[in-house]
Amino acid sequence: MTSLNINGKQHEIDLPEDTPLLWTLRDHVGLTGTKFGCGMALCGACTVHLDGEPIRSCITPISAAAGKKVTTIEAMAEDKIGHAVQEAWIALGVPQCGYCQAGQIMSATALLKTTAKPTDKEIDDAMSGNICRCGTYTRIRAAIKQVAAKGVAK
Amino acid sequence: MSAAFDFEKDSANTPVKEISGVASVSRRTWLKGVGAFTGLALTVGVNGLVMAADAAPAKKYGGAGMPGGTVNDPLVFVSIGADGIVTIVAHRSEMGQGVRTSLPLVVADELDADWSRVRVVQAEADESRYGNQNTDGSRSMRHFFTPMRQVGATARLMLVGAAAARWGVPASEITTRNHEVLHAKSGRKLGFGELAVDAAKLQVPPAAQVQLKDPAQFRYIGKDVFNSVDFRDIVTGNTHYGIDTRLDGMLYAVIARPPVYGGKVASFDSAEALKIPGVVRVIELKGSPPPAKFNPLGGIAVIARNTWAAIKGREALKITWDNGPHAGYDSTAFKTTLQEAARKPAKVMRNNGDTMAALAQAGKRIEAEYYIPHLAHATMEPPAATARTANGKCEVWACVQDPQATRDTVADRLGWKTDAVKVNVTLLGGGFGRKSKPDFAAEAALLSQAMDGAPVKVTWTREDDLRHDYFHTVSLEHLESTLDAKGKPLAWLHRSAAPTIASTFVAGAKGEQPGELGMGAINIPFVIPNIRIEAPEVEAHTRIGWFRSVYNIPHAFAVQSFVAELAAAAKRDHKEFLLELIGPARQVNPQEMSDTTNYGESPVLYPLDTGRMRQVVELATKEAGWGRKVPKGHGLGLAVAYSFMSYVAAVIEVVVADDGTISIPRVDMAIDCGPQVTPDRIRSQVEGACIMGLSLALTGEITFKNGSAEQGNFHEYEVLRAFSAPRDLRVHMVPHKYDMPLGGVGEPGTPPIAPALCNAIFAATGKRIRNLPIRDQLKKS
Repeated sequence: MTSLNINGKQHEIDLPEDTPLLWTLRDHVGLTGTKFGCGMALCGACTVHLDGEPIRSCITPISAAAGKKVTTIEAMAEDKIGHAVQEAWIALGVPQCGYCQAGQIMSATALLKTTAKPTDKEIDDAMSGNICRCGTYTRIRAAIKQVAAKGVAK
Repeated sequence: MSAAFDFEKDSANTPVKEISGVASVSRRTWLKGVGAFTGLALTVGVNGLVMAADAAPAKKYGGAGMPGGTVNDPLVFVSIGADGIVTIVAHRSEMGQGVRTSLPLVVADELDADWSRVRVVQAEADESRYGNQNTDGSRSMRHFFTPMRQVGATARLMLVGAAAARWGVPASEITTRNHEVLHAKSGRKLGFGELAVDAAKLQVPPAAQVQLKDPAQFRYIGKDVFNSVDFRDIVTGNTHYGIDTRLDGMLYAVIARPPVYGGKVASFDSAEALKIPGVVRVIELKGSPPPAKFNPLGGIAVIARNTWAAIKGREALKITWDNGPHAGYDSTAFKTTLQEAARKPAKVMRNNGDTMAALAQAGKRIEAEYYIPHLAHATMEPPAATARTANGKCEVWACVQDPQATRDTVADRLGWKTDAVKVNVTLLGGGFGRKSKPDFAAEAALLSQAMDGAPVKVTWTREDDLRHDYFHTVSLEHLESTLDAKGKPLAWLHRSAAPTIASTFVAGAKGEQPGELGMGAINIPFVIPNIRIEAPEVEAHTRIGWFRSVYNIPHAFAVQSFVAELAAAAKRDHKEFLLELIGPARQVNPQEMSDTTNYGESPVLYPLDTGRMRQVVELATKEAGWGRKVPKGHGLGLAVAYSFMSYVAAVIEVVVADDGTISIPRVDMAIDCGPQVTPDRIRSQVEGACIMGLSLALTGEITFKNGSAEQGNFHEYEVLRAFSAPRDLRVHMVPHKYDMPLGGVGEPGTPPIAPALCNAIFAATGKRIRNLPIRDQLKKS
């Protein structure tokens, strides 16, 4: 039994300890906002925050998440920066199919939490682990800059 | 996402000559295997030109020519609650193009509804009710703009009729405004909700009585006032994609599929797999021999309590495969096969003048070959579907572009009637043509049946997706020309050697079909006296399928690169040379270019308009500052392509660093897609098409060895990432009034990108890239 704190709620998980956090969230806890894209930490669709740090949940076993705070896209509206990122995403019409955007928003929010005014290079470095096959990259950059310009992320 | 063929609904009495008409090879007819493919009633004319047999009588074009046609009945698409909430049915699949917003928006505009009081619901698969639902070929708005306007206007007229009866005044005195019906003379007004019950009792007025809005009165159409109806759910993680379905008692499956096309299971041992905690059962899923059609590939399925256990269980399977006749498929060897085929005379698909004689005239002879490998769609959401097959009914939840084909395929595989199958369409996490093929939904249906009706979700891992895709074709394009003393091309020879998508449906189909060549190979409007297009009959060794813009990708790459090569040989400015080849503004009937397909559209309604083609070239070059002096290592490249009834030009500025590293500071794209309904979604589609074009140009390649795809995940099949994306990507649209037919949007942005990039690289470095992907061809060690 593994004890997980997900979005502020405690969950007792009866799965093998090597089960990735991704599939635990999706299949067991029922939080399907976190997406599967590659299973090898190559695409970023599964990005969640572990104690505030962006991690790829597809290669993170639940044993590594025990005792830490897991935050997923479903809780981002309650996060000041996360909410601002979501609003910028809508305002600039970032999403196309939307599938990768949960991961994009988790990565962008984590960036803005540590770097209130990221440079182009800092944005590219932070976001290049997140693939968007629809090709929304230029709007993602613009949305991150919009949040930074508003000074939400101080 | 393609219109490789004109998909006409067949019926039992479909005359063979209709299905054999090259313009309208029906997919569903192929699925039934009607008619021998090689007998396609192609006749060879006296000049060696392959002609279509007699055109079928009264050929239907556009939406009317599609299975299910179009429907404009408001009772099918609109319902209004007593609370005034207007519910509009979206019958096409949403994969990022915004169609769940745009088509309902058209209805709402004509209805005079207040968008904030509109809800959108997704239709299940039923083309007999909704009209065509096959969301590909960049057709949704092109085919349904007018029917959806009629739906909204008719519903509005019914509300007016109900108010007229209630008030006892002539309908002509009644107007509507923002969810209300008004009678100015008496100052009375009623909300839509207050009239809904009465309006629903009225007869649907005939189309002749329905007046569409003057476009000047549009409130929503053509305005950037809305975001997608799904944005809020997307950014908060509350959407339902195919992979997200959860049902009580649902089991999770992954499948080990034959690594080679046409292969099957020889033997397997599931003992170790069954020891994995959470694994419930291992089932052999029977495939069917090629052609694959939309049928499952077969293999060994692991059924488990969660996806991870199924994946682990699959790793523990021991399977011996019988690989079959395609086990020797090898991309390196096949490139040679394509080259050999492209270097000798082949089936002539267009012939003007005497190209061979003209090529031999005195002048500068130019010859070039271009290669584009197989590509995988790599939708971020891999194929995934859930089914519950129990008590004589099958219900499916799936991310499918073609709901009706899903329903038909599932029914066919189960051996049931279509009525017993219900298909719920989820959001699609990317489509790009992959999800036009519902093989994965049929897998789920069969596995649920095998599990005695327990709901089963099939998830494709990334490896499954890349190794078992319906791949974009591989192609070798051979071009020749001779320039006269003034640098004008005397002749144009183009041999396009590529396996056909038809091979996925009909055994033995070889070489590109007319509809495929009609994607930018034969339908070139160039002012050249001698033009000859040939299609060698090369074989397919894997499942070939539609990929965003389809055969336009290799054709535009070859044609637009070769034009730039000719311009360079003639020592001319590329833009001026290109405009000269396009010639004066005129409307070219596609049939004059031996294009009998024209994406299924009427040649009269949709001629190739060289004026519009010229205009996008002018617009993109003007915005990009064509001809400006650029720093060392920079280059500007241009390309134009006409596809899916739209015109797109791209100018790419590239920087090639001393070590050969490529970066892209700026892209300017100009699109003329006719009248525009949701301009910002058009811009976003063109931006996305640019990124996809750059992706395939820079790194896109699936290779085969020993019959199997070699790339399994994103470290091997690289797609464009944020750091490689253009720094500045601008989309410029040619404005139009609503007095002309609409063009496609989802696909047309992709074709000009690879040639524009390679032309830019040539401008920057003098090096001509003829083989994609570019990858490290410029790298200096």
